[in-house]
Amino acid sequence: MSEGGDAPPPRPRAVVAAHGDLAAGFVSAVAQITGRGDALVPLTNHGMGGEQLEQTLRETLAASGARLVFTDLPGGSWTIAARRVQRTDASVVLVAGVSLPVLLAWVTAADGDAASMAADAAEKGRRALLVAGGAAAPGAAGGD
Amino acid sequence: MAIELFRIDDRLVHGQVVVGWGQPLDIGFIVLVDDDVAASEWEQDLYRMGVPPDMTVTFESVASAAQQLARYQADRRRGIVLTADIGTMARLAAAGPVPAVNIGGVHHKSGRTQRLRYVFLTPEEEAALRAMAARGVTVTAQDVPATRPMPLDEVLDARGEH
Repeated sequence: MSEGGDAPPPRPRAVVAAHGDLAAGFVSAVAQITGRGDALVPLTNHGMGGEQLEQTLRETLAASGARLVFTDLPGGSWTIAARRVQRTDASVVLVAGVSLPVLLAWVTAADGDAASMAADAAEKGRRALLVAGGAAAPGAAGGD
Repeated sequence: MAIELFRIDDRLVHGQVVVGWGQPLDIGFIVLVDDDVAASEWEQDLYRMGVPPDMTVTFESVASAAQQLARYQADRRRGIVLTADIGTMARLAAAGPVPAVNIGGVHHKSGRTQRLRYVFLTPEEEAALRAMAARGVTVTAQDVPATRPMPLDEVLDARGEH
């Protein structure tokens, strides 16, 4: 049995950086589904240029100790910022094109090294994509 | 005209450019004009990563871009010319035909005053924009196509309320 009262809150293990309020929305959804929203730090790009994005990301990684960055758009400014961070810190892992299934897979996985956990989560995200339906509605005009 | 947009945006290649403008304008190529990026393979690889497969990106210094503008204008595809800062676009406009400039993102830095949500300017940058306009370049601010292009005079009168 431990002594000394309440345990400190768990440190975030990854940063989610996205356009608008998307990252906060992702973290809210992860918290609602798993109760593990505290594993993620959300970042918005509101009002920031390229240099500010990079600086904010560096500061957030340093403050949290996180080594993993999830970004929304592969060609987006957060992804560019993360690639710049990686240039000087090769221990940082980037997953671009994040989705809720990716975050859920990552946050519920057993602890491991950041790169393999990120790869596993990304693969689960790919497999979670689904397209359904598309048949013509009854009575709709057919073409031939 | 092949070049649909001459844009100043300190994030250069990013979502607003590639998706926000690229999709509705059916953009096939981006010309990224920046002396530092043109001299760095690493920087070029970084920005290539942000461009979808059906779009090309080429990298030019101001001097080489000015020489190549006519060739880009004759391209069958539609294109965007991008600079990260006002000074680079002003040098390009002084060296070649630039009919209109879109201020798409000039964000906060020391010495800049906020004009719009996405436009912060130093007095020197304001003067450079006025000088371009005085030479006949149409200067407007517009971050994404769905918003109204705001004329330069209106931008410079604004106090961050837009």
